[in-house]
Amino acid sequence: MRGLSLNTAGLLAAAIISVLALVVIPQVAPFYILLQITLYFSFAILALSLAFIWGFGGVFSFGQAAFFGLGGYTYAILSINMGSSTVPLIVAIVLPTVFALLLGYLMFYGRLSSVYLAVITLVVTLIFHKFLGHTAGFEYRIGNAHLGGYNGIPAIPPINVPGDVTKFAFPEDMFYIAGVALVIVYFGLRWLLSSHFGRTLIGIRENEERAELLGYDVRLYKMIAFGIAGAIAALGGVMFTNWNSFIDPHVFDLGMSAQIIIWVVVGGLSTLIGPIIGAFALGILALELGTQQTIDVNLILGAILIIVVLFVPEGFVPTIKRMCIWLAESRGWLRSRLDSSDLEEKQGRDG
Amino acid sequence: MADTNFLLETRGLTKRFGGVIAVNDVNFNLIPGELRCLIGPNGAGKSTFFKCLTHQHKPSSGKIFFKDRDITRLHTHQIAHLGIGIKTQVPSVFDGIPVRENIWLAARRYHGRGSANKVTADVIDRVGLGNIRDSMVGRLAHGERQWVEIGMVLTSDPTLLLLDEPTAGMTHEETEKTARLIKEISESASLIVVEHDMQFIKAIANKVTVFHQGSILVEDKVEAVMANPLVRDIYLGKEKD
Amino acid sequence: MDLAAITIIQVINLIASLALLSIGLAVIFGMMRVINLAHGEFLMLGAYAVLVPTQAGVPLWISMFIIAPLFVGIVGVIIERLIIRHLYGRMMDTLLATWGLSLLIVGAMTMIFGNTMEGISTPFGSFTIGSLADSQYKFFTIGITAVVLLVAYIVLKFTRFGLIARATMQNSDQASVLGVSPPAVYTLTFGIGAALAGLAGAILAPISGVLPTMGAAYIAKAFITVIGGGEAILTGTAAASVFFGAINQTTTFFTSSVVGEVALLVAAIILLRLLPQGITGRFFRRGL
Repeated sequence: MRGLSLNTAGLLAAAIISVLALVVIPQVAPFYILLQITLYFSFAILALSLAFIWGFGGVFSFGQAAFFGLGGYTYAILSINMGSSTVPLIVAIVLPTVFALLLGYLMFYGRLSSVYLAVITLVVTLIFHKFLGHTAGFEYRIGNAHLGGYNGIPAIPPINVPGDVTKFAFPEDMFYIAGVALVIVYFGLRWLLSSHFGRTLIGIRENEERAELLGYDVRLYKMIAFGIAGAIAALGGVMFTNWNSFIDPHVFDLGMSAQIIIWVVVGGLSTLIGPIIGAFALGILALELGTQQTIDVNLILGAILIIVVLFVPEGFVPTIKRMCIWLAESRGWLRSRLDSSDLEEKQGRDG
Repeated sequence: MADTNFLLETRGLTKRFGGVIAVNDVNFNLIPGELRCLIGPNGAGKSTFFKCLTHQHKPSSGKIFFKDRDITRLHTHQIAHLGIGIKTQVPSVFDGIPVRENIWLAARRYHGRGSANKVTADVIDRVGLGNIRDSMVGRLAHGERQWVEIGMVLTSDPTLLLLDEPTAGMTHEETEKTARLIKEISESASLIVVEHDMQFIKAIANKVTVFHQGSILVEDKVEAVMANPLVRDIYLGKEKD
Repeated sequence: MDLAAITIIQVINLIASLALLSIGLAVIFGMMRVINLAHGEFLMLGAYAVLVPTQAGVPLWISMFIIAPLFVGIVGVIIERLIIRHLYGRMMDTLLATWGLSLLIVGAMTMIFGNTMEGISTPFGSFTIGSLADSQYKFFTIGITAVVLLVAYIVLKFTRFGLIARATMQNSDQASVLGVSPPAVYTLTFGIGAALAGLAGAILAPISGVLPTMGAAYIAKAFITVIGGGEAILTGTAAASVFFGAINQTTTFFTSSVVGEVALLVAAIILLRLLPQGITGRFFRRGL
């Protein structure tokens, strides 16, 4: 027996890496890179929301951008009106969660099939896009906040220490806040997936019929999972809005939904670390490509998506992980669990 | 309970798919503790009948009673909760996860955190899945997948088990093992078993219901059914060809 | 009275446009169960296949009715061979791959043509009813849509290809019984779907203007129309177009075009909740 299971080792490694990243990066990285990483933190949170509902819940959602944007807009409108950030922060997560639960109720209790779910979530996102894009007029204001149509909402107040508006987060503080949020979401999801709820959700992904025959109310599980995914996406949206001090309807457009899906597909659908890496890698790539004029960003993103679907359908992280395990096993560094149980199985049958 | 107090009863149960009547006005009943076999040629409506009982198919008309309670309109998961477990014809299992996790997910539905692990271990032992407990279910042979599914159903201590072709794809030894298992289960639960293998049926059951074209053709003791010329015509005769 | 007449023409025009821009997607989805998210880009390619030759002096009608469908059809065949073929039966993967394709085509076209809107002058003049005027091109769009649907109906109903196509729709094994290999049918189908999208893009180009990112505006509408229509390609597309088109245009008439679009999207959600199999899953089941 090995001293550490792969799972525990992974957990430990993830914890060490997250602490190191949050402590070391601000010491060595210049300010503009810190800002950029803060943005990727909020994207990584968004990627995790899709990774959870799609990779583990088996529900393909075009709509994570909708919850992300709804969270961002809610935070923007409330914090402009209230000054302090505490209540806006809470409402900006609760409201999209409730909305996700309602939408989930509509879809899952209606027993819609996966393609139809995709259409409905896409349509909902587009409704937000259309609606908020046409709110430039003066009549579209909520309290002191102008919705501003495609010009968006500028000058959104930053997060402050609860109860003290004068102690608010500077851009470099947002690095820690968004970073800690990402770490909490990541470990929270790991915990959730090892709980009864998470394991059942994976079972439902594997075989919905069997889960029902065992007495699990599949509709309820999916609805709750969809709500959780909505909450995570909204948290990402709040972080994004804080990073930007600005939000506009682009968060709801097709390109945004496409990006989220590419992060998750490229990183690896049934993992949590893959989509985080995907969000960072493609974020950096998009940034680099943005600095030159010869090659269009969309061309590269599209090509990557096609290549991954055709040749690396599991995504990079699971594929690399499998190659590492295979390498370790063939070199004898790691005793293969599958081989040994297959062997016992054969012996069992012979005996 | 008196004999007239049925565990399961269907009244005029009918299922139509478009113009095809798969189950036609079936009045079926089962007394507590009984082990019943269903036979009939392919397409006779046995599996559809099962799926109506678990509400995987919504009955077109008729009523289903379990312990004198009308369960016709209940959802699949609610019916499972009342104590009806089913092993479907094509094994319905969680392919992408290990055997032990399959059983645990079933056990945890009705047991607390602590006892779920114990129930899981017990069932793995009882069904004899110890050697393959860490294998992915998707990689197992058909027979083994059947046992995994039976094991999952057993975790809830069901009052009634529906087994749809539990020995399909099994070797002779495996079939014998399954027969022993079913006998053992029948000491604490009622069963309805769909089977084709008459030797197997003789070994486990005493009363047999014959389905033909969606309706009940005959219902009698095993020997009487096997001697019935009508049954031979539609069913046994065909197998000899 | 004049207003009513014009409004009716506008409603019919919108319904026709919706049907026209969806039919290519419907053919591909109905027969191959492939959701082609690059459909919007096929429309865009069709628009450019009119723009470029017209600017080079080719008569508009030749580019519109020959060059655009032919060019986009060939692109479709190549894409089917290179990508779609390897993903049959994996609905989600085809959806993702065609989305990648959509981004790739937009990127490539932006590199070639730049991100600027170009126009094709609208042929025909305008007509007047009483004091109100509107473009005659609307009648042209309506007429072409009617012809396309009619031809598609005749092809599906009376030709050998139609028979094979209907057989493939129900069960891909049946096509092999008829002595045709399913891959060949699929390639042809995808090509035809693409060609129809190319034609639609060509016809919409003079009204919408031509831009590399124009496809995004159409894909959601086409997607909703096809899914809302359900299994039957022609009946479904027609029925869903009437339903959504009428809702969109009537709401627009009473409020604004944004509310009209939002109403269309809300109607789509409600429709799918009530009829999860689309309109033809419940009504017109025997339709084509």
